[in-house]
Amino acid sequence: MLQVDTLTKRFGDKTAVDAASIFVDKPTMIGIIGRSGAGKSTLLRMLNRLSDATTGSITFEGQEITALRGAAKRNWQSRCAMIFQQFNLVPRMDVVSNVLHGTLNKRSTFSTLFNLYPQADIHKAIEILDRLGIAEQAPKRAEALSGGQQQRVAIARALMQNPKIILADEPIASLDPMNAQVVMQSLRAIHEEDGRMVIANLHTLDTARRYCDRVIGMRDGRIVFDGTPAQLTTGVARDIYGAGADFSEAATSTEIGTLDRPEARKTEIHA
Amino acid sequence: MAVISLSGASQSVNGIQSSYMAQVQRRRLYGGLTLLIFIVLMVSGFNIADNRNAGGFWDGLHQIGDYPADVLSEAWEKRADLPGLIAKYFPALIETINIAAVSTLIGAIGGLFLSLLGTRGLAKWPRLIPLFRRISDVMRAVPEIVIALVLIFVLGGGPVPAMIAISIHTAGALGKMFSEVAENADAKPVEGLASTGATWSQRMLLGVFPQIAPNYVSYTLLRFEINIRASAILGFVGAGGIGYELRNAMGWGQGRFDDAAAIFLLLFGTIVFFDQLSSRYRNRLTDGQSH
Repeated sequence: MLQVDTLTKRFGDKTAVDAASIFVDKPTMIGIIGRSGAGKSTLLRMLNRLSDATTGSITFEGQEITALRGAAKRNWQSRCAMIFQQFNLVPRMDVVSNVLHGTLNKRSTFSTLFNLYPQADIHKAIEILDRLGIAEQAPKRAEALSGGQQQRVAIARALMQNPKIILADEPIASLDPMNAQVVMQSLRAIHEEDGRMVIANLHTLDTARRYCDRVIGMRDGRIVFDGTPAQLTTGVARDIYGAGADFSEAATSTEIGTLDRPEARKTEIHA
Repeated sequence: MAVISLSGASQSVNGIQSSYMAQVQRRRLYGGLTLLIFIVLMVSGFNIADNRNAGGFWDGLHQIGDYPADVLSEAWEKRADLPGLIAKYFPALIETINIAAVSTLIGAIGGLFLSLLGTRGLAKWPRLIPLFRRISDVMRAVPEIVIALVLIFVLGGGPVPAMIAISIHTAGALGKMFSEVAENADAKPVEGLASTGATWSQRMLLGVFPQIAPNYVSYTLLRFEINIRASAILGFVGAGGIGYELRNAMGWGQGRFDDAAAIFLLLFGTIVFFDQLSSRYRNRLTDGQSH
């Protein structure tokens, strides 16, 4: 389905992503973990074609993605939705308009200028908002919402694109633990109910372990781990994060529960 | 683990949909009406203006090219003289640029004080903010040419009245632009310095300047370009410089279109030169900011 082949991105003499190869044969929920600067965001941005790869290729359902230009590239971007750490909504526009931005690839600049969205799209946008539990916020400005609600608006915008793949770049890094849980559960539900592929950059191990079917670990631009959460032992995690023997998974956790039972967590890992 | 339901809407989805659709339709109606009023006003305004025009827009339209064609054809005939004429008028150009440079400098210093004294959160005397704002309003409301005409009447013709006139306008205009930049400056360093017992001028110098300097310099360079044009125009009313020479050369029927062409070339070249110079310098400033 999705094949990434020796994808490399260099900024000057610094290599952000170094020959990354990933093969996905069916819609999966994938978590990418690693330290800041490991190249996780750059990898996702290349998948969405927000930035161009230096070398290597991306193939999706037989279509070469890295070579797309102009309208074909924008069409790919509409099929491969992206969710950002800082939500990246238009703050002064209302929630429904922000969700409707998911259909921009199908609309002309003229109809966008005069805000002429079809009624069916508006209804669908509100239904998506309802699915994410924030339909009452529909007429409010995006900036008036809390961080967790804004991130759900961003997910609604992504769903409005009706994408095959949803990329999430640190979707919960700016959220408190409760909102983080709601957002991750929404992403999981989207994956299970709609059968969409979800690729999320996560900086906490336990989130990746808990919500993802497959975990990819990156360090210094290289993929150093690719397997199931069960295969992700403490030793492997130390390797990914370049940490010493004092590293414990609880240290990276944002789950409320972890604070109560750090010991339980540790034994679970060793088991 | 807490159970979080994904659909906790108390209002029905249908209700939200219909009320939002009503809102959208209202907004579209208002938008459409505004557009319609705008078009009607533009068309009717144009027609009124055209009727009151002595010549008539459509009748005069085809004659637009006549004057430039005259200038160009005459200049082309005497093209051998052009280098000599350019050399002849070069000192006048230098005078014009000098007027612009001095008045930009004086105006920028004036604008700096007006902006700092007129910005909420930074002003030394918060009660006097409206006063300094109105002073800067007045300074940029009066056109340069009016101040210059009054001063030329009082002081006699020459570059000094032009310089004063442009300085006043520049101080007012830059005061407004500067204060918008200063309003967006981060107040935390200023508070930090105030907590150490620093005076107002120390707080401005160390807390505000480093933040706003790149934007200030960039606006000042932009203003310098504008002032070159302004100082050329003031030459028309007797303030000296290249504008004065241009007025003498470009009057109809005096047969000095080759002079006019040389001056146009000089002005054009100058403005392109300073535009390139300042945009390059401004780019470097804004790039430097991000590092």
